[in-house]
Amino acid sequence: MFRFLVRRILGAVITLFIISAITFMLFYAVPRDPARMACGKLCTPETLQLIRHNMGIDEALPVQYWHWITGIFLGREYPGFGHCNAPCLGYSFVNREPVLSTIADRFPTTVSLALGSAVVFLIFGIGTGMLAAVKQGKALDKIASSASLVASSMQIYFVGPLALYFLVYQFHILDQPSYNSFLGDPLSWANGLLVPWLVLALIWTANYTRMTRSQLVETLTEDYVRTARAKGMSRRNVFFRFAWRGAMAPIVTIFGIDLGTLLGGAMITEYTFSLQGIGLLSVKSVQTNDLPMLLGIMVITSSFVVIANIIVDAVYGLIDPRIRLA
Amino acid sequence: MTSTDQQPFLSVKDLKVHFSTEDGVVKAVDGLSFDLMRGKTLGIVGESGSGKSVTNLTILGLHNPDSTAVEGSIELDGQELNGAPEKTLEHLRGNKMAMIFQDALASLSPYHTIGAQIGEVYRKHKGASKKEARERAIEMLRRVGIPQPESRVDNYPHEFSGGMRQRAMIAMALVCDPELLIADEPTTALDVTVQAQIMDLLKDLQREFGTAIIFITHDLGVIADIADEVLVMYGGRCVERGTKKEVLRSPQHPYTWGLLASMPSLDGPVDVPLNPIPGSPPSLLNPPSGCRFHPRCAFAEKVGGNRCATESPVLEITDGRGSACHLTDEQRTEHLADLTAAKHH
Repeated sequence: MFRFLVRRILGAVITLFIISAITFMLFYAVPRDPARMACGKLCTPETLQLIRHNMGIDEALPVQYWHWITGIFLGREYPGFGHCNAPCLGYSFVNREPVLSTIADRFPTTVSLALGSAVVFLIFGIGTGMLAAVKQGKALDKIASSASLVASSMQIYFVGPLALYFLVYQFHILDQPSYNSFLGDPLSWANGLLVPWLVLALIWTANYTRMTRSQLVETLTEDYVRTARAKGMSRRNVFFRFAWRGAMAPIVTIFGIDLGTLLGGAMITEYTFSLQGIGLLSVKSVQTNDLPMLLGIMVITSSFVVIANIIVDAVYGLIDPRIRLA
Repeated sequence: MTSTDQQPFLSVKDLKVHFSTEDGVVKAVDGLSFDLMRGKTLGIVGESGSGKSVTNLTILGLHNPDSTAVEGSIELDGQELNGAPEKTLEHLRGNKMAMIFQDALASLSPYHTIGAQIGEVYRKHKGASKKEARERAIEMLRRVGIPQPESRVDNYPHEFSGGMRQRAMIAMALVCDPELLIADEPTTALDVTVQAQIMDLLKDLQREFGTAIIFITHDLGVIADIADEVLVMYGGRCVERGTKKEVLRSPQHPYTWGLLASMPSLDGPVDVPLNPIPGSPPSLLNPPSGCRFHPRCAFAEKVGGNRCATESPVLEITDGRGSACHLTDEQRTEHLADLTAAKHH
């Protein structure tokens, strides 16, 4: 287990370096000059050059990248703009603030949205999928399967406004979406996020229903499930201890990656409900050409996916003893 | 006890198992009857799809009740199993009747240790504690000849070799000392030496506990080794029945002749080609008319009058011996005499 973790974390760090380098190079290809924008209307070539120097963008690309890397460990100074403490993922000249502190501000919203909807879609998705698999071919299965097919082809920008209109404005069943700190007031935190949770979870619930059903339908026909029945185990026991155990592994894998992705910001959901999370931040950063911010978001969100993958693999080893962690 | 000893322990009467599929009704088993006494072994022989495995899954009640229609009677020790409530069957399975499956790797759960899988049967049926079940599992592993059972009990199936997995499977089936053991091709996937060891093991256990065994196989060599009585199945029906000696030495049905002829002979010349039965097993969705074997039978013309294609031969059993074929006794004797003559040349 220890060797596995060391190896995987080293691999993750290398992956993140490669991602950041590629992103860095891509941005270099963009013909936009942040110094030009920061310079304003009364811009002389001299001040432009000075701003470029202060931003650190007057140097060759490998040198710039080197500065960015060392900044992570040592922090960085941007004369005329401000100081960026280690770990410094860059400085946003648009917000005039280190990239990381903006991301840290937005992060709780995204985490709340992701975890809350994950709880909802796991419970409903796996529950419905299990029911459909048990009642395979019966009416309940057909209803669940077609409902999830419809739901999974829905789009958030369609369901979201509908939910807002009916649940919030028309019938006042739920609260207007907003983000309130969980630590401040857990109840208003949950109330404010309920509509986004449900809307985001609807589509994921459908996917997890279909995945759970198909996995279970497959494992229920496994020979070892038949053996368990032949041993006199009850249907319930066979279902949970044998069939579900086998169906679980792929679901855990997909969930890990999905959660990693969700933590990177549910762009459309945040946009639909005006939640100031990472997703909305990246949309805004694209609009304002805030390249340092985008690079920071890229590195942070990809590290979630990478970490999620490591956790998934470790959990996989716990579920399936045939998989050795090395 | 003495009175029941005269009674068959397992009595199957006119068993019909029909599956409904999208294409129609599959008659997997179509009127099968047999009796089995305590301490005896019945060998069921037949090609794939002849209904051997379906018959035995139905005895255990492991068919899918939604799509399967089961008719006839299955009596185990005087208790009717067809239509018995699930709870009753659950109590019997693994306890009074147990099954050994063919592919031990696929049939053992990859997620649980061997000890847990054996022990849970014991706990379920005998109400044993975790510790007792573990000790019982170790004892069973030792009994089936697994070395160092104290440490092996905590292994997972993938850490066992093929022969050891099959032994573990047998240990699991025998943990509650079942009175009926159904072995569905338990040695097919194993090499010959392991196969012989497993057969010996089953024989020892039968001698010790008086278990009735149904042994399903397509290997007549295995039948010759273990069976007391033989039932030959074709297309969901029994075509011939008798003692091992009767069926192997003086077979009556052309299908059994074909099976025996398709076996390689050890003492004959090496370059003699094998003699397979032409054609393929019948579709159970649209079984052939009359005798189900007639499209592949070399003797159908001898009967004459197209009887084989129109008239289903009746299986007539006297003293446990009989076959379902339109050939006359003279025609059979003639054929067997020809065979013996050919052998001596």
